[in-house]
Amino acid sequence: MKIKSQKDFFSGLMFTAVGAAFAYGATNYSIGSGGRMGPGYFPLLLGVILALLGSVIMFKALVVETQDGDKIGAWAWKPLFFIISANLLFGILLGGLPSLGIPAMGMIAAIFGLTIVASLAGEDFRLKEVLVLSVVLSIGSYLAFIVLLKLQFPVWPTFIAG
Amino acid sequence: MTDLINNLSLGFGVAFTFQNLIYAFIGCLLGTLIGVLPGIGPVATIAMLLPATYALPPVAALIMLAGIYYGAQYGGSTTAILVNLPGESSSVVTVIDGYQMARKGRAGPALAAAGLGSFFAGCVGTLILAAFAAPLTEVAFKFGPAEYFSLMILGLIGAVVLASGSLIKAVAMIVLGLLLGLVGTDVNSGVARFSFDIPELTDGIGFIVIAMGVFGYGEIISNLSQKEEDREVFTGKVQGLMPTAEDFKNMVPAVLRGTTIGSILGILPGGGALLAAFAAYTIEKKTKLRKGEVPFGQGNIRGVAAPESANNAGSQTSFIPLLTLGIPPNAVMALMVGAMTIHNIQPGPQVMTSNPELFWGLIASMWIGNLMLVILNLPLIGMWIKLLTVPYRWLFPAIVLFCAIGVYSTNNNTFDIWMVAGFGVIGYLFIKLGVEPAPLLLGFILGPMMEENLRRAMLLSRGDWSVFVTRPLSASLLAAALVLLVIVLLPSVKSKREEAFVED
Repeated sequence: MKIKSQKDFFSGLMFTAVGAAFAYGATNYSIGSGGRMGPGYFPLLLGVILALLGSVIMFKALVVETQDGDKIGAWAWKPLFFIISANLLFGILLGGLPSLGIPAMGMIAAIFGLTIVASLAGEDFRLKEVLVLSVVLSIGSYLAFIVLLKLQFPVWPTFIAG
Repeated sequence: MTDLINNLSLGFGVAFTFQNLIYAFIGCLLGTLIGVLPGIGPVATIAMLLPATYALPPVAALIMLAGIYYGAQYGGSTTAILVNLPGESSSVVTVIDGYQMARKGRAGPALAAAGLGSFFAGCVGTLILAAFAAPLTEVAFKFGPAEYFSLMILGLIGAVVLASGSLIKAVAMIVLGLLLGLVGTDVNSGVARFSFDIPELTDGIGFIVIAMGVFGYGEIISNLSQKEEDREVFTGKVQGLMPTAEDFKNMVPAVLRGTTIGSILGILPGGGALLAAFAAYTIEKKTKLRKGEVPFGQGNIRGVAAPESANNAGSQTSFIPLLTLGIPPNAVMALMVGAMTIHNIQPGPQVMTSNPELFWGLIASMWIGNLMLVILNLPLIGMWIKLLTVPYRWLFPAIVLFCAIGVYSTNNNTFDIWMVAGFGVIGYLFIKLGVEPAPLLLGFILGPMMEENLRRAMLLSRGDWSVFVTRPLSASLLAAALVLLVIVLLPSVKSKREEAFVED
């Protein structure tokens, strides 16, 4: 058995796994009957349908010929890692992590953190440019979101602003 | 007829206040600003700009959102013509002739054709919307839960049939979306489903989190993974915005045909701008070339005017099912539903009767939004082009930042930031696996509605599934869905469909 379409096979696998997980999870809630559906009825139904659809997709991926095998191709680990990390760092700096004792550093620090880390995802990283960009984005965001839209953001670190 | 005029004048009365005009203007400006950026489609644009409307009163917020929506659409076409990068799937065909025109130094007329064509189509679309809204709302009140459920099935089937790519994968994405929509507290029993005892999850997953993660981050990561080839931007060459008399002669019939096709296809449940643009382009290609006209694929102005008008007419009339029945026909409209619910408006037939100022004001502001785009964008084109020359390495950190701020500001809670990181990874996974994310968002919005209507229908019928086929309205809706499916699966149509979406 050879996989004829990699993309289809793994997407089918994903659908089946997620569908099965939802269906299994739904059995923890009361299912009820058609006339009186419990909270588990609809998710169970959908989960089973999704799992079935996934298996059909997988089956087709094993049977139907494709020209080039529909390879998934290389993962772009670098942008994936830096973009997601930049986002996480933004959250940590902005709101802090009380469970780990990390204080909130506020929006300005978060913008600098995000811009620097996100820029690492690109092909060439020029620190000077990135710092200028951070300053521009900080001023712009402050004016747009805090002054103009009056969003409730912690702007400065809590230990300074109190 | 008098009703229509009365309603429209009520709407224009609401929309033509100084304050609301300003909001429409800001919406159009922001929408175009973000929409012009390459690699960001309308879904990500709207999601990103949504927080800007939080502080506004509902009418103003909706007016601004409509402006953002049109701006995003229009910005997409500008990018398509100037950079050969379709910002969204519906401008894929505009790229073909538009980019060629730009290469020949005729970017100005191409942009003008897109703008004027869209404006005309928008006017017609708005009129159709206004004319059809009232009678359709009457029909909507006859709908019971069984009919609503069947209608949603039809809408979802329609959405996948008209989308590009694998049919079964699109259906699976819808089901996945429906399931994600069920996360959170079940309204009937109060049970928190699939929330893993996380308090934030008992409110459900935020639609902004999904839209930003999957459409925003996913696309940025995938864009970055491609080598930054030298994008050819035609900056210096945009002179002489006005099309020549010859251009107008070619354009006018194309705009008329595009508008007609777009208006019709937009109303269909699940219908959309994408199919409208494709169909309009195909028809233009089939009509005979006039003497001395440039062949298609080499910069024919009809190849820009027709799909752009069809696209805009379709996106206008696709508001009809949303506003009258409360059912979003595509991913962008699904986002609009989410936006409306944030402002405590549940789209549906009751909006028109309970809140006529809002309803007609929105319709009037759609027309104003279209007008504003023409006034705003044709003179400002130079500015948008400048924006396109900004290197991507400066743009993407800014986009990531706006996504992060937008997500956080929804609930002022860092939990949403962790969630969007997760969905960013999932979004990239979808791109790698070649599955279209748009049906997921549609399913996500419809999930709770569908369950609710299914439950009520089955409760009323005492658990008898045949209720969906014994009630005539419901049965005909389901039959229509079945017919759609069968048509698409017919071998001859199937190969045609695949052909149509691989436009050279």
